[in-house]
Amino acid sequence: MIRSLPLSGKIGLATVIFWLLTAMFGPLLAPHPVGEFVDMDVFSGISSTFPLGTDYLGRDVFSRLLYGARYTVGLAAAAAMLASITGIGLALTAAVGSRVLDELLSRFMDTMISIPSKILALVLVAAFGSSIPLLLVICAFTYVPGSYRIARSLAVNLAQMDYVQVAKTQGEGRWHIGLREILPNMIHPMLADFGLRFVFIVLLLSGLSFLGLGVQPPEADFGSLVRENISGLAEGAPAIIVPAIAIATLTIGVNLLIDAMRGKR
Amino acid sequence: MSIYRLILNRIASALLTLLLVSLVIFIISDLLPGDAAQEMLGQSATPEQVAALRHDLGLDRPAYVRFGDWVGGIVSGDPGTSMVANMPVAEVIADRLPNTLRLAALTAAFTVPLSLLIGISAAMNRGGRLDRVLSISTLAMVAMPEFLVATLGVLIFSVKLRLLPSITMVTADQPWGEFLRSYTLPVLSLSVVVIAQMSRMTRAAVIDQLNQPYVEMAVLKGVGPVAIVRRHVLPNAIGPIINAMALSLSYLLGGAIIVETIFNYPGLASLMVNAVTSRDTPLLQACAMIFCSAYLLLLLAADIIAILANPRLHNK
Amino acid sequence: MAYLEVNHLCVKADTGKTIVHDASFSLNKGEVLALIGESGSGKTTIALSLMGYARRGTHIAGGDVRLGEAHLKDLPALRGNRIAYIAQSAAAAFNPSLNIMDQVIEAALVHRIMDRAQAEAKAIELFHALALPFPDTIGQRYPHQLSGGQLQRLMAAMAFITDPDLVILDEPTTALDVTTQVEVLRAFKQVVKDRGATAVYVSHDLAVVAQMADHIVVLNHGEIKEQGTTAEILHAPKDDYTKLLMAAAEPTNRVVVDALVQPVPLLEVRGVNASYGNRPILKDINFTMQRGAMLGVIGESGSGKSTLARVIAGLVVPTSGEVRLAGDILPAALSAREQEHFRRVQIVFQNASTALNPAHDVAQILARPLAFYHQLKGEAAQKRLLALIDMVKLPASVLTRRCTELSGGQIQRINLARALAAEPELVLCDEVTSALDTVVGAAILDLLAELRRELNLSIMFISHDISTVRAICDDIMVLYQGAVVEHVRGSDFDQVRHHDYTELLLSSVPELRAGWLEERKARTA
Repeated sequence: MIRSLPLSGKIGLATVIFWLLTAMFGPLLAPHPVGEFVDMDVFSGISSTFPLGTDYLGRDVFSRLLYGARYTVGLAAAAAMLASITGIGLALTAAVGSRVLDELLSRFMDTMISIPSKILALVLVAAFGSSIPLLLVICAFTYVPGSYRIARSLAVNLAQMDYVQVAKTQGEGRWHIGLREILPNMIHPMLADFGLRFVFIVLLLSGLSFLGLGVQPPEADFGSLVRENISGLAEGAPAIIVPAIAIATLTIGVNLLIDAMRGKR
Repeated sequence: MSIYRLILNRIASALLTLLLVSLVIFIISDLLPGDAAQEMLGQSATPEQVAALRHDLGLDRPAYVRFGDWVGGIVSGDPGTSMVANMPVAEVIADRLPNTLRLAALTAAFTVPLSLLIGISAAMNRGGRLDRVLSISTLAMVAMPEFLVATLGVLIFSVKLRLLPSITMVTADQPWGEFLRSYTLPVLSLSVVVIAQMSRMTRAAVIDQLNQPYVEMAVLKGVGPVAIVRRHVLPNAIGPIINAMALSLSYLLGGAIIVETIFNYPGLASLMVNAVTSRDTPLLQACAMIFCSAYLLLLLAADIIAILANPRLHNK
Repeated sequence: MAYLEVNHLCVKADTGKTIVHDASFSLNKGEVLALIGESGSGKTTIALSLMGYARRGTHIAGGDVRLGEAHLKDLPALRGNRIAYIAQSAAAAFNPSLNIMDQVIEAALVHRIMDRAQAEAKAIELFHALALPFPDTIGQRYPHQLSGGQLQRLMAAMAFITDPDLVILDEPTTALDVTTQVEVLRAFKQVVKDRGATAVYVSHDLAVVAQMADHIVVLNHGEIKEQGTTAEILHAPKDDYTKLLMAAAEPTNRVVVDALVQPVPLLEVRGVNASYGNRPILKDINFTMQRGAMLGVIGESGSGKSTLARVIAGLVVPTSGEVRLAGDILPAALSAREQEHFRRVQIVFQNASTALNPAHDVAQILARPLAFYHQLKGEAAQKRLLALIDMVKLPASVLTRRCTELSGGQIQRINLARALAAEPELVLCDEVTSALDTVVGAAILDLLAELRRELNLSIMFISHDISTVRAICDDIMVLYQGAVVEHVRGSDFDQVRHHDYTELLLSSVPELRAGWLEERKARTA
């Protein structure tokens, strides 16, 4: 399975595994506690003591990055999971449920999808604030409509298949048809969609944090790391470049992996 | 159904969606915990004072009346008063909107031709080396956060090479060279994702048509590859390509939020971010509505062009 | 020296798999050669390589094609000029965005053979010759405004616009209804003869080929099995595969003795009307089917035959009328039907690729109706599974497979087994052999006849192919534009005076002998 992936897919897979491990075990490996001031210098460059330099308060960037991965990867994965599961669940309900329910759900989702995701997230943050659990729900909520739209069109197409028609004439109930006949055939394409949604959410979340509207200090995800060190840009400090590159490797890695898996099918 | 009926239907449906969108935005921002009156008076205010201000602001009226008022205000060009700036929202926005439109127009003018070129040449070369290189690089670009592009751009062109300014100034009578220099970095930062998205979708639309039997038929009639794309593929791919453009350009709306903030650009998106941090609800609602209308307008325009370009609808 | 010569042609997929292996044949000027074979035989691949063309993912790996003085490498330059191609599905091969005239004359303009005015005049002349309606203005139309038969003839005009030396016809009538096919065949034959063209005709249908070709090349799995003149192949086939093809093409009578049919009505359809939107699909359908009978329902596309099956199965709710099964009314909507209703009527669909859920293996698919209708579990269910698999003549090893690993014929057998698992009284078979190759389809027909005899099944067999229906059914009903135009007992079929439409259908089925097309023309003229 892995061996048959093209090179780009292998690189993507390796990057994804790397970030997953970092998110899980990173804090254990961090040489310094996340908030500790360890250097008299701010924005110092790469050195043997500070492999990625120090930030605007003289904290170790490497340690902060290892802690930040937990927020960026963990929050985005949880939110993407929530968005996908909700989207698939509602889509199945719409596909096997009554026509009125389908109409209502689809109309609502069409409305939600007409609000650009960043705009919707901003309005939601303004209304509810941005604690970690709220951010998770906001990111998930923002991407449910997209997930629903894809899942519904898949489910509706599958519902036209002869084997579903046969199941209907054999007297199978709605839930059997939804869960046994339709759902198993949606898993694979929805996995790719889950990956895409994860990428979108990473970008949205770090965008929000970059604007100061996402993860709040003292906690920091990659986006907050970029934001708090923005004054180091003029000196080209690693403290600002490294977290930005970290986000890019994560999202690009996932994209490469999805693309390679799609190409195989 | 006649083609005009079809277009009218699409317009009506877009207007209905816009109304529903405004309802959603109103409901969400109306859920703000604590209300504006409390916020303005501070914690020390007596309940009577708060109630009086609520009455003055009209906040004690039922939600549907306030929604009606608000929508009516937007339609008539008066979406209320900005709480923070203490001046009409319309004026605050009128100041900023042209800047954002200029940025978007410049980016569109730069990205559309380039993306078409990339998308079509990748499709014509599908499976070949050029296609593979373009495909992997656009795949990487599409997942790039704007602030990475922007910070790298600033680092290279402003800090190291000292070629371009790191803050975008908007002045009335900038000379051309100055104008171009100050817009290069923001346009570039916005363009990366847009180009990647648009060219990937264009490639997919063109390949979709290249796989049709009528293209094989044209090959077997001896038609050359360029003529095949020009005469046979593009007329059929125009709908999906226009749609791809609209979707990618609508991405500008979100991207502008980050880019305007980084370059300190006085546009609508950075205004909206300010409205969020200062909890200026009327301003926030108005900004959100402008972005949503712009998005719907783009998609509507794409739909109408696709309908007009479809010979099956023309030649009943 | 032969005009067209194919020498040791090899075509491979880029993955290395051989598609055509060492094919050699030749053809003289002014003659018609047929490439015949089933799906996967490589017939289209060979036809395309005659233009030096290989589809994406394949390449010509060896050998040569010579046309006059031109060799393989010179052929691409001759496409649309001296070599012309007529594709299988004209509806797909015309660009939906360009009008007909632009597409018909495109090759002439590309190769600078004539100017636009000359080309248009020539096209209109061809439209006349091909007996197209409104020949002077049809060029201004767009593909979606024309019928499949008209487009197919327009494609011939497109091919002949440059007066090519070689014309390749790739299954040009396969997508057409049988009554349309005759007209198109006649037009093709006429124009090929009039213009003295050399032609290669690709088909899976021996009877069609018998009308068109002087020589026949029989292909199977990318290899030439046999070649010779049409008379040789039709009257004295030497190769076993050719004999198999001939046998499958000749309708064999599988009708079981009338003793199976009991004089008790099983299915009664009374005054059924159905429509999609405002378009009526079924108009006042009335018929009765006896228990144990095999009722054949014939109709061309748009006749409403599939809708009829769906009404009985409950998938389409009729606007009026009723359906009775052994005297009990079958509620129109699925939601109003009960477990027993569902069990007693089973439907089997045409399309093998969508008939079975790819997420489940065969055992799961077959076990479901056993548990659902008969509460069979564990040991008992396993025994019944094996019995069912045996009934449709598949090895027990398929039980653990998924449908993606099975062939079309195998899938159709599983499909039948699933229906049988319910122990139904009535099985609705909707075009169950249409998507299969002739030889595989013939085996399914044998199986159906046998199952019917052994299980005393009642089967409604829906098909567009009148000869299949005659061969297998003891009761025949003809649908035309949503109405029953004829309903006769199979044994009386040859004696009764038929409805005009039935006559047309019967006379449109090509017979497996040369000269049928000309005779029919003389007869209908």
